[in-house]
Amino acid sequence: MPLISYREALNQAMTEEMERDDRVFIMGEEVAQYDGAYKVSQGMLKKFGARRVIDTPISEEGFAGIGIGAAMAGLRPVIEFMTFSFSLVAIDQIVNNAANMRYMSGGQFAVPIVFRGSSGMAGCLAATHSHRLEAWYAHIPGLTVMMPATPADAKGMLKSAIRSDDPVIFMEHEVLYPERGEVPAGEHLVPIGKADIKRPGSDVTLITYSRSLKTTLAAATQLADEGISAEVIDLRTIRPLDLDTLLHSIIKTHRAVIIEEDWPYCGVGAGIADRVTQRVFDELDAPIRRVATKDAPVPYNRALEDSMLPSVPRIVAAVHDVVYR
Amino acid sequence: MAQAKTEAKPVVNRTQALVWLRQMMLIRRFEERAEMLYQKGNKIGGFFHQYSGQEPVAVGSIGVLREDDYIITAYRDHGHALARGMSARAGMSELLGKVTGCSRGKGGSMHFFDVEKGFLGGHAIVGSHVPLATGVAFALKYRGEDRVCVCYFGEGAINQGSVHEALNMAALWKLPVIYIVENNQYAMGTSLERSTAVLDLRLRGATAYGIPGITINGNDIELMAKTTREAANRARGGEGPTFIEAKTYRYKGHSISDPGKYRLREELDSAMKNDPIMVYQNVLKQRGWIDEETADKMRDEIKTEVEEAIAFAEHSEPPSLDQLYEDITVAPFIPQE
Repeated sequence: MPLISYREALNQAMTEEMERDDRVFIMGEEVAQYDGAYKVSQGMLKKFGARRVIDTPISEEGFAGIGIGAAMAGLRPVIEFMTFSFSLVAIDQIVNNAANMRYMSGGQFAVPIVFRGSSGMAGCLAATHSHRLEAWYAHIPGLTVMMPATPADAKGMLKSAIRSDDPVIFMEHEVLYPERGEVPAGEHLVPIGKADIKRPGSDVTLITYSRSLKTTLAAATQLADEGISAEVIDLRTIRPLDLDTLLHSIIKTHRAVIIEEDWPYCGVGAGIADRVTQRVFDELDAPIRRVATKDAPVPYNRALEDSMLPSVPRIVAAVHDVVYR
Repeated sequence: MAQAKTEAKPVVNRTQALVWLRQMMLIRRFEERAEMLYQKGNKIGGFFHQYSGQEPVAVGSIGVLREDDYIITAYRDHGHALARGMSARAGMSELLGKVTGCSRGKGGSMHFFDVEKGFLGGHAIVGSHVPLATGVAFALKYRGEDRVCVCYFGEGAINQGSVHEALNMAALWKLPVIYIVENNQYAMGTSLERSTAVLDLRLRGATAYGIPGITINGNDIELMAKTTREAANRARGGEGPTFIEAKTYRYKGHSISDPGKYRLREELDSAMKNDPIMVYQNVLKQRGWIDEETADKMRDEIKTEVEEAIAFAEHSEPPSLDQLYEDITVAPFIPQE
């Protein structure tokens, strides 16, 4: 299989989908002439022309809404946010219009749209440019939320997102863009709502997604050295949650730790812990533990920022707590 | 008696004119009766914004569109929906929250939808639908079609950022969209003078973006029609958006709970003396296109139509409780509970 970057995998997904369906187009800030702020859309203007690769003014609310309107009229827009931190300016469009349109029209209108772009803490970007908003969007009935952690998933998930008839929030991670991995050439679809066991194990279930997968896998390696077998599950889709895969694993391991780059309070991990506990409380040999980013705005200083993130020592410590050793 | 005057020469034939008069009467009666159902018997809930007094704006402009054009508006949407040909039954059933309603009882007064008629909804966040209209126009141009999208909003929306972002992109990309600002002078209880630094809306909505802007008496239905037709021709010809400020006046409060203390009774009385429906009826009478007897007959027919719609709505089923989870997504919806 070809070894390509997460960034190239996303580009491949969009390019292939645009080749197969004229209704698909990409719109956003600097996506065309600049080749993408993070070069995800590199070469696409040249390949598809200005009709389908469209630079916008700095008007996130406006072009998010334009995408939704275009989707209501039958197109399949891919709207790029330079970073999801900027989607806060467009949140009325996403929540009130994209997510609600089908429901409040009694099923008459669909909104097949993908909002995609970078997100997360990428180093020294400070408070306004480091947001993790997955919990915000996963809260909303009507939205699908996807967050790929590997190049292969980036491609397969984005292709499925573009083919979805519902609005998808597709959050990439800025630090993952240069990560390389094996990616199937051509048709490769990862189903929406399916988690993936990235490392099988039997003593504890580690649940994570996006960039935290890497840290979690590193922790699992260290735990293996100690004789603790950790199963690592990559959620991939945050909403709808693949609860079956989680429960299946927890029934086997009886212990779970959730690792997320977002803040702890009202976070994705809180929702997962609640749903798991409701269903398999009796299977749990320890309370579910969470390793989240510390509850403070994201500082500029690199050492401070690093201290907030889920780290191998923090994950290992949480696992020790739940396995009682 | 309402003065018979119109600023435009006839722009329609007799048949069309009578259809328009009838539509205005239907909207008026529909809302009068709905208000009664709201006040007595608690049959309609939530927010309920009436269009009374503004009927010529929707009827005149929608009246010159093609069947394959699109329409989108704000939350004061009953008039636009009925003008587009939504049945009184579907509208009334929606107000009563029934499954036979135009949004299957999920939308209510502020969210009327009708995909068959290209009616893309009532939208209840001020200004939020203006980018949607612009996106619909984007899709029309993308596919190389000569259809247009007409977008209505109140003058209060002119101070909302999303509106300006959309206007800029519509002009930049020459999109086939017509923005019709229904200036009824009050954004809820706040007059234009108290909210807006530059009172000429064209300067902000049109001039600022290089969009042709025109201010007209929106209560002159044929002028409304003529102006919209010209804008639609421009849009179909690839010349881009038009901004129309239609001056009008709403008779009722912002919503049903608004006693209207921010305006003088005299102001309302003076507007009602020139009720646009009576004005148009008199215009048509002077042209010899209608007589008193025919007008009365038309009113009687409408009364019957609205009563029948109420009966239909009342006898319709409410959505079953399991429909709570229906129509959230196209894919099977999995509640995250």
